[in-house]
Amino acid sequence: MSASDEILSKIRNAVTKGDNSQNRTRIVQERIANHPAGIRPYGHSDRTEIRKLFVEKAEAAAASVAICDSGDVERQVLEFLRQHNLPTALRMGDDPRLAEYGIGKNRLLETATGVSEGADEVTLSHAFSGAAETGTLALVSGKDNPTTLNFLGQNHIVILKEEDLLLHQEDIWNKLRDVYGEGKMPRTFNYITGPSRSADIQQTLILGAHGPLRLHIIIVKG
Amino acid sequence: MRSDRFKKNASDALADPQLQEALEGVRHNFVGARARAAENLSSFEDLRDNARDIKDHVLDHLDLYLEHFEKKVTAQGGHVHWAATAADARQAVLDICRKHDAKTATKGKSMISEEIELNDFLEENGIEPIETDLGEYIIQLREEAPSHIIAPAVHISMEQVREDFRKHHSHLPEDRPMSDPRSLLLEARGILRDKFLSADIGITGANFLVAETGTSVIVTNEGNGDLTQTLPRVHVVLASIEKIVPNLEDMSQILRVLARSATGQEMSVYTTLSSGPRRQDDLDGPEEYHVILLDNGRSSMLGTEFQEMLRCIRCGACMNHCPVYHAVGGHAYGWVYPGPMGSVLTPSLTGIEHSSDLPNASTFCGRCEQVCPVRIPLPKLLRHWREKEFEKHLSPSSHRYNLRLWAFLAKRPRLYRLATSIARSGMRLMSFGSGHIKFLPLAGAWIKHREMPVPESGGFFAQYARRGLGS
Repeated sequence: MSASDEILSKIRNAVTKGDNSQNRTRIVQERIANHPAGIRPYGHSDRTEIRKLFVEKAEAAAASVAICDSGDVERQVLEFLRQHNLPTALRMGDDPRLAEYGIGKNRLLETATGVSEGADEVTLSHAFSGAAETGTLALVSGKDNPTTLNFLGQNHIVILKEEDLLLHQEDIWNKLRDVYGEGKMPRTFNYITGPSRSADIQQTLILGAHGPLRLHIIIVKG
Repeated sequence: MRSDRFKKNASDALADPQLQEALEGVRHNFVGARARAAENLSSFEDLRDNARDIKDHVLDHLDLYLEHFEKKVTAQGGHVHWAATAADARQAVLDICRKHDAKTATKGKSMISEEIELNDFLEENGIEPIETDLGEYIIQLREEAPSHIIAPAVHISMEQVREDFRKHHSHLPEDRPMSDPRSLLLEARGILRDKFLSADIGITGANFLVAETGTSVIVTNEGNGDLTQTLPRVHVVLASIEKIVPNLEDMSQILRVLARSATGQEMSVYTTLSSGPRRQDDLDGPEEYHVILLDNGRSSMLGTEFQEMLRCIRCGACMNHCPVYHAVGGHAYGWVYPGPMGSVLTPSLTGIEHSSDLPNASTFCGRCEQVCPVRIPLPKLLRHWREKEFEKHLSPSSHRYNLRLWAFLAKRPRLYRLATSIARSGMRLMSFGSGHIKFLPLAGAWIKHREMPVPESGGFFAQYARRGLGS
């Protein structure tokens, strides 16, 4: 008997309780296919209210947030770099939306693309979505936004379109299903809520553990 | 495994001033943070109900969800390995390492890895395991076990960390800044950054396995788990079978109670979902993806009075609120799972014969059950273990003898009343009129730190009779 047969038959003997297996299978398949939503804690419906909630929660998680129009994104990036006395150079993915904002076009910023090798002071990504309930960003892997950019930069800047910003995680799951298909996922999906942190030395909370020391979010209106 | 020495471990812990100071921090920090987080979400109690119901539903259909999960992982190019025992799981990890001729393996925090004692085994086989969670890294340098499931080095002071770093990072300049937690953290970050980038294999645990999408999920604050699973060629996930959830929505219900119960955060910094190896267009991510599904005694808990323990999501709230944990810390429990959840789980996984003190390491105050996000009735489960311990004749003979004596008297009401009235008179005599007893035969240890109040003259029955209510 294989290890999986052994474990599965032990489980079956313990839990089936005389229920016929067809019925159990139907219950499981329906739950996977229908993925019913449970409690969604917030009732916000107005777009501005959702954005406000997102900003409040993201800042509470120690991220910084800027809000701007699509023509003003690069200026916001430069502003963040200036504020923290960082070099005007960054690494970003191939995301066509980043090109639309003209980042790097005016040579005010030195941009590199591709994966991070661990020495980047600033990395830039475009978010897939955001969950206002906790001020959380959602990022997906792929050539447009390599996952290493989310973790290896000392400072991580993330651009989030206001129209992609949603209230709850459940809204993001549905958006994912629309883009990738039912039951399908990108290789890596990241929820990010603030910069990395640790309280492992003397229970003192310190921002900047193995991931970025700072997280800056630029919300693009319109 | 030293769970059979709880009493000795506990006495040592009580006499350790540095440990006591660290435990003061646990009492202080975690309890308030969880209370605030719970209060700030009006639906928190309802979410706890949902989390409990989801876990119960999964356990009743565990075989089917596991099969679906395996199918999905395989369909997207990943590999699933089933391990009935700790030895099987260790061997599965080693086989993967051997196949890739691995020399080093970075590791995200995984309690399963502790449970199966993976690090020692890898080292014996010439593979260097590198713990990357800061707390785990510190205790690995010290060759210690974690003392808390989410804060493994909570028992260690900053001075001790500094000493360890001086000893182990001897290539760094003597006069480098090491005066505060931040400088120590940055030093570890620098050392581990190189290890992340050069590791052959990355091993993580899993907070969830999602059947719907064949996804493994880790929840962390440091980002170490992500570097562990993104950078090496191979990602190995160690997960126990009960970690499965039906779909993404179910996971979100549980996520909403997980971080709030653990650290008081509304959401941990990183919640990462991994599905198979890197895709054709991906520029980074592992080329191979393996999930090792560990049973190691869990399927034997199903269908028993201990099934509810398998709802546990490893948040640590029960130990953060436990007066016994607050007093003695995690190491006293003798194995990888401390606190109330450990006192139930350890006997279930390793046998009550080796851990018969643990079910007694509780005052039954009930705070653990009050804060458990999936409402595990921990005191009830501990009581079940006490009963089993008695049935198996594992409790000390004096304990058993006294219980027998009490049972004998309790079944004979006249004799019981006579005996208690003699005892009452005796105790009043021994107080010498002070109202307190400072000396009590056979209870020397108890009376050493306390005074026994003198019982009222005339117990319940005497008063009952006096008021003319009795027959």
